[in-house]
Amino acid sequence: MTGAWRFPIVSLKVRVALAMAAVLLLGGAVVLAAALGYGNRAARETYDRLLLGAAGSIAGSITVQGGALMVDMPVSTFDLLALAPDDRIRYRVVGPDRMTVTGSDAAPLPPTGGETVFYDGAFGDENARYVALTRRFAERSFSGPVRVIVGQTLRARTALARDIARNAMMALGIAGAAMALFAWLAVGSALRPLPRIGAALARRDPSDLTPLDLSVPSEVATMLSPLNDFMARLDRQVTSNRNLIGDAAHQLRTPVAAIRAQAQLAADEIDPARRAEITARIHDRAVALSQLLDQMLARAMVTHRSDTQPRALIDLRDIALDALDYGAADGVRVALDLPDEAVTVRGDALSLTEAAKNLLTNALKHGKAPVRLGVRSPGEVFVRDAGTGPASAVLAQAGRRFVAGGDAAGSGLGLAIAEEVARGHGGHLRLTPGPDGFEAALCIPVAS
Amino acid sequence: MMRALLLALLLPVPGQAQELTQHFGTGQVQTIVFRSTTDLSVLAPVIESFIATRPNVTITYEQWGSNALYSLTAQECAAGQAGADLVLSSAVHQMVELVNEGCARPWRSSLTAALPDALRWRDELWGVTDEPAVMVYNRDLVPPGDIPRTRFDLLDLLRPSDSPYHGRIATYDIEESGLGYLLAFADSVQATTFGGLMESFGRSGAVATCCSAEIIDAVAQGEYLIAYNVLGSYALARAAQDTRLGVVAPSDYTLVLSRAAMLPRGSAGGGADLLDFLLSPEGRRELERALLIVPLDGGDGTALETPEATQTIRRPIELSPALLILLDTHKRALFRARWRDSFPGR
Repeated sequence: MTGAWRFPIVSLKVRVALAMAAVLLLGGAVVLAAALGYGNRAARETYDRLLLGAAGSIAGSITVQGGALMVDMPVSTFDLLALAPDDRIRYRVVGPDRMTVTGSDAAPLPPTGGETVFYDGAFGDENARYVALTRRFAERSFSGPVRVIVGQTLRARTALARDIARNAMMALGIAGAAMALFAWLAVGSALRPLPRIGAALARRDPSDLTPLDLSVPSEVATMLSPLNDFMARLDRQVTSNRNLIGDAAHQLRTPVAAIRAQAQLAADEIDPARRAEITARIHDRAVALSQLLDQMLARAMVTHRSDTQPRALIDLRDIALDALDYGAADGVRVALDLPDEAVTVRGDALSLTEAAKNLLTNALKHGKAPVRLGVRSPGEVFVRDAGTGPASAVLAQAGRRFVAGGDAAGSGLGLAIAEEVARGHGGHLRLTPGPDGFEAALCIPVAS
Repeated sequence: MMRALLLALLLPVPGQAQELTQHFGTGQVQTIVFRSTTDLSVLAPVIESFIATRPNVTITYEQWGSNALYSLTAQECAAGQAGADLVLSSAVHQMVELVNEGCARPWRSSLTAALPDALRWRDELWGVTDEPAVMVYNRDLVPPGDIPRTRFDLLDLLRPSDSPYHGRIATYDIEESGLGYLLAFADSVQATTFGGLMESFGRSGAVATCCSAEIIDAVAQGEYLIAYNVLGSYALARAAQDTRLGVVAPSDYTLVLSRAAMLPRGSAGGGADLLDFLLSPEGRRELERALLIVPLDGGDGTALETPEATQTIRRPIELSPALLILLDTHKRALFRARWRDSFPGR
């Protein structure tokens, strides 16, 4: 357990819900701003048109009578303006001499010139929107521009803008709720394979380590296939443990029975010379048994490591040197044959050393001198002696778990270990009997 | 006295001062100044009913002519003062103008909210009464077959060149009566009959004169046979006392005037209390008793002769900025010129 603080684990549904909420809030803010902007623009355009219509209708009602302007404003002008029912109204008709012909002097003149000018202005203590429209007269008795100014306070505009924004928000809210609902359902359906895998595992027999055969979406498959790999490794280990126990029982039974029989003989023997002889035999048997045990443990170790140890980059020349150190300790002469260049493979140094050591031990024990230990590209550690190699029956069984029978037993197990290590590294054990000697080689694929 | 009051009320002469003041109640805590164009004797029972449940309140009632009330309120508004707490006027176009110029303060209550849109503007102006514009005729001199039910009937009566009604029909003179101008203008907007009526009035020598009381009395005495566009509240009050008078709500359409009330900007809260009282069921009962609310569908005991389908003939004069056009100088001059063409006699 680490002391570091960890994030509390949040369920996937909650994560999706939080993400959705963030998206909706952000999107909502953007849409709200857009809706307010759009509402303001739409309201302004709508009511500006109303103002312009009213101003146009006033301008159209201006006539020249006896050299003076006469404004016979239609009632509809005011009905038009009253479409903004709660807004105050000002209008003003200004002659070329800037004198007010009719209407309220309080209506401000436009800040700029132009035929049609919209502008904001005050209306008492309220804000208002004004339009100024110019109509030009060219009569015999009257000529010049006449400006019509119509203004209105902003209540209806504000109300319309707010209304548009509110409707937009309502639509957004409904859409958001629908999206959230669909997201919830989608996440629920996407996560359904997980409880299915869980249920399949729960239903299993405890000893069943076969791969789960479920059709799942590819995202879940990324989790399922390592799970299956893991179970396969577990299966191999369980199997090798079972084999180890079986092998041990089988291999140990015969030597232990022999030792027991010899010990019985020794107990019954009266003659001291014969007794010493029997005791020496018991000692030999016990030493052989001890070697057998070493090999079996080595093999179990190799099997275990092949599944558990991380692979490192290894130079096979180092492996050969290590094997020489351990395997040929009793002063026997072994010729070393190493290349100048490193031969690099990916693997577990201890297993490879054990395998090489076993090949060397076999050659020293069963082969004929001279014995050569060497490395060659690509990826081979070989041991060569001048003998003929093991009997063909042993060769045929090399690599099996155990080999029954006398002196050859140790040699078989050593080959089995070497074979197993080679396979664990994705390679193989090559045994080459020939007229000029026997060669056993570990062939390991080189690291790319 | 009553007649003199009515006369004075409907004679809005510019520059005319306050006509009458009366205090109601003896409350020391709050004084409400209530200015109105309505006859004191008509409104007094309503005010007394308000005062009855409010011992702390004193109401100072001031009766004004409509033009004087308008100019006073406008002046006070320009000066940033509030001389009154509640203003009630029959010249609703002037009230709309005052609100348009920002002279009112807003007020919102469940009672103001219950008013129809036509009787409420900006939450600053409210239609309080309900008074039809009617035709008054002399029961003794107008045979039942001649009683005009519509404006078309009136046109038909005037059509024959030897019609006995020539010179015997009266209506308000719009140059002297603000209310007459308002009603005539509403007529001109409402229907095309107005043009024919004006032309017919002019040809038959109809009389444009001043003031409800004068016109109604003249009808009662037989000087005029029929009076057109008289405010129903006055006509019904007189008809209740004088059996010679008949009152008809025209069945082509009947204009309905609601006197408009506003709270001057900067005024105290008492005005709103009084306003809410006038809009409350209790206040409306009092107003109905004072004949300031005349239901067209025939309240019991009223003398108003109404047609069957009353809802379709009602034409309320809406409180809306559209009334501002009545105050336009050119528009008014043109309307008056047209009027004068029909009544050249004056």
